[in-house]
Amino acid sequence: MESGKAHIMEWLEEVSDPEIPVLTILDMGIVRDIKVEADAIEVFITPTYSGCPAMDAIAFDIKLKLIEKGFKKVKVTSVLSPAWTTDWMSENGKKKLQEYGIAPPQTRSQSSSQQRINRMLFAEEEAVICPRCKSNNTRLLSQFGSTACKAHYQCNNCKEPFDYFKCH
Amino acid sequence: MSISKLDFLKFQADSSHILSQRNAELCAHGPILEQDIAITNITLDLLGQARNFYQYAATLSGDPVVTEDSLAYLRNEREYKNLLLVELPAADWSYTVLRQLFYSVYQYLVFEQLEKSTDLQIAAIATKSLKETTYHIKWSSEWVIRLGDGTEESHSRIKKALVDYWPYTGELFIPAPYETETLLGFDLSALKYGWLKQISAVFEEAKLSIPENIFMQTGGKTGVHTEHLGFLLAEMQHLQRSHPGAIW
Ligand SMILES: [Zn+2]
Repeated sequence: MESGKAHIMEWLEEVSDPEIPVLTILDMGIVRDIKVEADAIEVFITPTYSGCPAMDAIAFDIKLKLIEKGFKKVKVTSVLSPAWTTDWMSENGKKKLQEYGIAPPQTRSQSSSQQRINRMLFAEEEAVICPRCKSNNTRLLSQFGSTACKAHYQCNNCKEPFDYFKCH
Repeated sequence: MSISKLDFLKFQADSSHILSQRNAELCAHGPILEQDIAITNITLDLLGQARNFYQYAATLSGDPVVTEDSLAYLRNEREYKNLLLVELPAADWSYTVLRQLFYSVYQYLVFEQLEKSTDLQIAAIATKSLKETTYHIKWSSEWVIRLGDGTEESHSRIKKALVDYWPYTGELFIPAPYETETLLGFDLSALKYGWLKQISAVFEEAKLSIPENIFMQTGGKTGVHTEHLGFLLAEMQHLQRSHPGAIW
């Protein structure tokens, strides 16, 4: 069965995030578990953000892919706990993001909720590296970018605006 | 399933849902593109949080006819339990950002408690939402400070929003029958101090002061609403009411 699971993971590697097509759902770290029983399969995914509109599309694409691979019954179940974090994004995924022109999330240690809110409230912005010229002389334009998971930055060096996949 | 827990889930869902509907009025009407995108992102988060609560309420109801959609689109005004604060129209941008600050700080404090809930699904929804709410607090705090400590015009606008909205903030921390300490596992009214502390910290920078001796409006949590909710629901529910079961 374990080799079976490995195959399924390879197939899931073919399902990409509709909003960031360079990333597969495995790169994103949203596939939490799979359960296989004969020709039935259940895939457990976790949403990135509560309101992420890509989740419905992703669930649909997973079903299509697995039906195409011969499963008769495919169920996609959304689990909220433990909550998704950008720390689950694969290193390869971060590299692909960078090449795609989106600054990848920076890894950081877990912190308490009080530290979290203190940091968010009046703390200084994270130093984000420009994906184009690699300068760290960049500034935050808006905490909210083209999708909930991204913030909008501009590079002070090469002047290019870019998306930053924010730590979450 | 206890009626009280269902009522609490609906109350949480309704409040975030109605605020998302109010904020969605700004979609493509925000003051500048970046802020249009920001408020729309916040709105999506709120809608997602509402869906999590509606979906769980639908599961717990044990009634196959009850779904997240039936809860959102087929209940009338008196069945909606949202806070009065979230159903009020926003006269301008200052109302939008001030209300977002009031609501997000409230949500943060409540979710921090719910995160410890013995009901693991409620705890999971709270943990998930906390991360998002943190961004909303930061964004709305910055805007309240920018307008309050801005020009004479911006200051007078947000001051007006404060006068109009403040009477609706008392309800946040007055427990409804489904919010007693035994049912929730924490004392809701005690969270008021943390809320005031956080709001005061922002107000200090925004050169605003907390209004005193104001009569507080209540009723939303038990379905007694202002005249504004009916109009909002009429628009929001129109499609499902006119074409029951419509999907796309
Ligand atoms: Zn650059």
